[in-house]
Amino acid sequence: MMQYDIVVVGGGPAGLAAAIKAKKEGIDKVLIIERDKELGGILQQCIHNGFGLHIFQEELTGPEYAERFIKEVEKLEIEYKLDTMVIDLSPKKVITAINSVEGVISIQAKAVILAMGCRERTRGAISVPGTRPAGVLTAGMAQRSINIEGYMVGKKAVILGSGDIGLIMARRLTLEGAQVEAVLELMPYSGGLTRNIVQCLDDYHIPLLLNHTIIEIKGKERVEGVIVAKVDENKNLIIGSERYIECDTLLLSVGLIPENELSRKAGVEIDNVTGGPIVNESMETNISGIFACGNVVHVHDLVDWVTKESMRAGKSASKFAKQLLNNQDSININVGCGIRYVVPHKISLSEKKETIELYMRTDNVYCNADIVIQVNGETVKKLKKPRLNPGEMQSIKLQLKQIQLEKNPIITVCVDKGRAENGI
Amino acid sequence: MGSKQIVCIVCPVGCTLKIAKELNEYSVNGNKCAKGKLYAIEEETRPTRIVTSTVKIANGHLNRLPVKTSSPIPKKLVFKCMEEIKRIEVEAPIRVGEVLVNNVLGSDVNIIASRSMYKE
Repeated sequence: MMQYDIVVVGGGPAGLAAAIKAKKEGIDKVLIIERDKELGGILQQCIHNGFGLHIFQEELTGPEYAERFIKEVEKLEIEYKLDTMVIDLSPKKVITAINSVEGVISIQAKAVILAMGCRERTRGAISVPGTRPAGVLTAGMAQRSINIEGYMVGKKAVILGSGDIGLIMARRLTLEGAQVEAVLELMPYSGGLTRNIVQCLDDYHIPLLLNHTIIEIKGKERVEGVIVAKVDENKNLIIGSERYIECDTLLLSVGLIPENELSRKAGVEIDNVTGGPIVNESMETNISGIFACGNVVHVHDLVDWVTKESMRAGKSASKFAKQLLNNQDSININVGCGIRYVVPHKISLSEKKETIELYMRTDNVYCNADIVIQVNGETVKKLKKPRLNPGEMQSIKLQLKQIQLEKNPIITVCVDKGRAENGI
Repeated sequence: MGSKQIVCIVCPVGCTLKIAKELNEYSVNGNKCAKGKLYAIEEETRPTRIVTSTVKIANGHLNRLPVKTSSPIPKKLVFKCMEEIKRIEVEAPIRVGEVLVNNVLGSDVNIIASRSMYKE
């Protein structure tokens, strides 16, 4: 059996940053396992710009952002295996992986960092009625097809879902000569960044139809069109609002699911809201020595935050490998009104840190509201926000000095809607 | 011109900017940083965008090489720029930042590779 100090599962932005940090912290034997034929993950297909504003103070494309980290991995001589799929992980941190050169391999790690990212929800996940023609694909699949494989996906498209990938693909298809008829969004607000609505839709006069969905896909061999309809505030179809849009392609940008089959096999506890592991501020899961970071924990809006979080995981894992990390007891961070989830989920009592950063998403659009941290019902921190959007991740710093953790306080994060008007 | 509202696209914060012209001076409100003011004035007078796309590459491990304009180009040139990009064919190896087309459409902007690709 091979032996490593730290094994990182996944060579995307999370895995790269975690591995680099671990190596820099003095861990010698670090291994990255990647199932694709190169490092970089989904960044390699995100050829648009807008990455790295926080980490590098400049606007990079996805491949450029990835390349900076890949170069660092090479420079630090961090080992990696490509075209290799991890098929099992035990609570004792034995990894079983498979590739076509070595066959089945077993690796014993002192610490494991889960960085598998997420995958897209597909047509099956949202149960769109209709026929099953060619031309229905996820936005990310279309992105890969156009930007990496070099195949155009269609001429006339409708996009369901206004998450960032859907918006980016609306622009990409338009630039490549396709007609994008509309982007439909079931919710009354877009799931993507405001700047993407401006530079991907408004710039090209692509209509964003809020409170709309697709009720039927038409076509025999290939998509011929879709029937769209308006929904009311309870997401029920408004009868009589149905309308037919002719198209040959339907892109789905209807959410991402953290990819945690492997985590579950190792007995890692999963949060039902995020779909990712429950972690403490060291990004350690309930299984001692198994850490997680990036989109496998919760879906981030910006890769910069993935990098930051993953460096934290890399640092913690290196402490664990040196037997310097002791996270036994912890207290929970409670999710209050207006908040969907908070990561980290817990704060450990043994690790004395001055401040920790809490990341969260709200459950709705709020204007002029505050994000509030309460300890035993008393507000210890308040962050004023002109606008809170579920598509944009929020963060707030918690000063641990203010809190006597050993007294088991009740810590809650919520949105104070005192001044808020709900909705847009 | 009266006052106009635009969303800043400089960074992911996406400030809502109010821009107004009084005499020959632009006044901008709602920006959280200096870049926002510049963006608003530029968007009003000479809107520009960075164009990103891909070009055909031979001997690489992928079929397409991602490219971008080295700096933003006038918005009205975006589709013409795409036509220029369509004509580019390169051969691996390519280094990130390598200039593929100089001075595209006489705009002082280059088309550059946005990743390295080794020879297969």
